[in-house]
Amino acid sequence: MCLSIPAKVISIDGDMATVSVGGTEYRASLQIIENVEVGDYILLHTGFAIQKLDIKEAEASLKVFEEFIELNRRLDEEESTTGKRIL
Amino acid sequence: MKYMDEYRDRGLVDHLVQRIRDVSKVPVRLMEVCGGHTMSIQKFGIPSLLPETVELVSGPGCPVCVTGRQFIDKAIAYSRLKDIIITTFGDLIRVPGSTSSLEKEKASGADIRIVYSVLDALQVAMENPDKKVIFLGIGFETTSPGSAAGIKRASEMHIPNFFLYSSHKVMPPAMKALIHEGIAISGFIAPGHVSTITGTAMYEEFPQRYGVGCVVSGFEPADLLQSVLMLVQQVENRKPGVEIQYKRAVRPEGNPKALQVLDEIFEPQDDWWRGLGVLPGSGLRLRPAFQHFDAENEIAVRVEETRDEKGCICGDILKGLKQPDECKLFAKACTPSDPAGACMVSNEGTCHAWYRYHRHG
Ligand code: SF4
Repeated sequence: MCLSIPAKVISIDGDMATVSVGGTEYRASLQIIENVEVGDYILLHTGFAIQKLDIKEAEASLKVFEEFIELNRRLDEEESTTGKRIL
Repeated sequence: MKYMDEYRDRGLVDHLVQRIRDVSKVPVRLMEVCGGHTMSIQKFGIPSLLPETVELVSGPGCPVCVTGRQFIDKAIAYSRLKDIIITTFGDLIRVPGSTSSLEKEKASGADIRIVYSVLDALQVAMENPDKKVIFLGIGFETTSPGSAAGIKRASEMHIPNFFLYSSHKVMPPAMKALIHEGIAISGFIAPGHVSTITGTAMYEEFPQRYGVGCVVSGFEPADLLQSVLMLVQQVENRKPGVEIQYKRAVRPEGNPKALQVLDEIFEPQDDWWRGLGVLPGSGLRLRPAFQHFDAENEIAVRVEETRDEKGCICGDILKGLKQPDECKLFAKACTPSDPAGACMVSNEGTCHAWYRYHRHG
């Protein structure tokens, strides 16, 4: 529940935005945040943009995110085939 | 770019672990107070990477876990009333109440809908004007501004059939209560997403009054290890302080707009926490001007007497006093598919995270 995902703002219509998380689009309310522009990265939490991300650092963390997801996927796969916990 | 390269470097984790091993001399006990951290720490097996001098314990950071069974019992009672629709985040639906759960009530015909956002719950209210729609509001400062925005919207649009049943809580009183109870903590891995809203001023009294440092951390392994390193360094240098590791998302001042909406709609109230009891000013209730949206105010209901699960030691686990494998029910009478206690339900719960990632280790 405390998880929030980084998302890129694609378009803004009033206090709602369309954002993209790894290619999938979501709606995000901008009711509780200021100064969001198209192209910004935001943290999306239960349908609300709760904070703007520093773009430079967001891209870096997205990259890490993808790598860890990939790493995890492989670990999970190995775990389920060997029945062992690896990490 | 410096920051980027570091984050891309897969050797970063090893590098950080080595740094911690080099620096850490004094034994430390670090507590995370965010369910997202609990999940990441177990998932990535962080404790097994750390030297013996560094112990990690989980605190009261999972909203579902600290919420009392009484809250669930009342939600169940509401769901049994005529013309009520319950809207809730998915996490809550499987939490066992005294004799039932929302999931069981749904199976036997209650109108209970899982929503992703409070705005979806508002939508349900607008589409069902002849029903009363109750949204179960749980969560810390990350989630409560959303509920506040939902109430604000309901008020502006004059939606008369939308109600909030609030169990929203704020984090600092719980952190303070742990210290007052004398629980040994050398530093807090402070909650990342809570802090995006609140900023860091609220942590200042921990180093100042109690000598306990706080590092606001992100959620990736490198984030968490870096935060551990920062806390270890604070202890070694005897310089506890408030630092932000999760700089890409957390600013010292937080999110002023969210804080303003939160303050407009909610006021503090005393609230009950599993393991910690009633803590002054640790909960949020609607301000008088919005009390007509308060389910507890507006919808009378009789609730069965609360009975807590015998043998569940969730309370001690949430205080960092015990680990899940010290519970007799763990992985036997209590599993994620048939949870006996709240800490086994949400994937942010310590027992759940242990069951998934730690059981064989
Ligand atoms: S294992 Fe189950 S019963 Fe035991 S403390 Fe955890 S949630 Fe409670």
